[in-house]
Amino acid sequence: MAQFAALLRKDNQPVRYLVVDDSVFARKNIIKMVQLFGGEIAGEAGDGLTAIAEYSRTKPDVVLMDITMPQMEGIEAVERIVRQHPEARIVMVSSVGYQENILAALQKGAKHFVQKPVKPEVLYEILRYVLSDDPALAGSPVALAGEHRS
Amino acid sequence: MRMDLIQPFINAADAVFAESLQGPTKIGDLLMEEGAYHRKGVAALIVIKGDIEGRIILDLETEVALKVAAILTGAEVVDNEQTVRETVCELANMVIGNSVTLLNDQGYRFKVFPPEIHANDEGLAGSRDTEAMVLAIETTCGNIFLNIAMHHLARRRHERDTVPVSS
Repeated sequence: MAQFAALLRKDNQPVRYLVVDDSVFARKNIIKMVQLFGGEIAGEAGDGLTAIAEYSRTKPDVVLMDITMPQMEGIEAVERIVRQHPEARIVMVSSVGYQENILAALQKGAKHFVQKPVKPEVLYEILRYVLSDDPALAGSPVALAGEHRS
Repeated sequence: MRMDLIQPFINAADAVFAESLQGPTKIGDLLMEEGAYHRKGVAALIVIKGDIEGRIILDLETEVALKVAAILTGAEVVDNEQTVRETVCELANMVIGNSVTLLNDQGYRFKVFPPEIHANDEGLAGSRDTEAMVLAIETTCGNIFLNIAMHHLARRRHERDTVPVSS
């Protein structure tokens, strides 16, 4: 498994993630990856409605959000979260990656999109990019957990 | 059966298995079959309706599913029915999601129904006119079987509308 330089906040604390996916497997897989990047899990949710509540409760730095979920789909959840929290940084993680879906998610306020199966090196670069435009968060790794070999 | 409708599913499955199972894959021989499908293990059946219609069955043996689960989660997995079902479901979702992306970007519009998991002793019945492409993809965890029956609805509508005129 490749090693990655830790992505940390400017206060040297781990970046906190909310992982939203109706598949337990998908959540475990994403959690494994963000922990590899030095991240911390603020919360998990299996549908859009729970994600909205979990966002308000945990105030994560980044949300990793599936699109197709029961009760409320990811794109609607993005819209609601961003309406309440314009500072939210949400990355869509879905196997359904056609243009209309991606555009809809971006229009509702998502910052980026990554297609499943997720490649760790791809997710890492996207997270670096998403974190880099937030003055409160570190734009580049400040603590090396190892050499990044993609 | 049109290969241009089948090919995206095969390509997506091959790519998804290679990436998510972190190893080489090999597509086995393609066969055409008609009638009911006989499962090898636990199967996910996904129905598609819209511009194109049909169904895809993704089927793997329990032992293979457990190996896949261990790779997907990066941890030892408990050998139970729920784990196997979730594994098959997750694989099916990834394959279908990637296939849908390819077909949607080609201009096809359709609805994908959630996977139905079949693990009991009953076979998966096919309709009388079900002609399916059957193949196995060899992975590092073992064979994963695909059974794909897909039709272009426009053509089928035309066929239905072509009613013989009696004189």
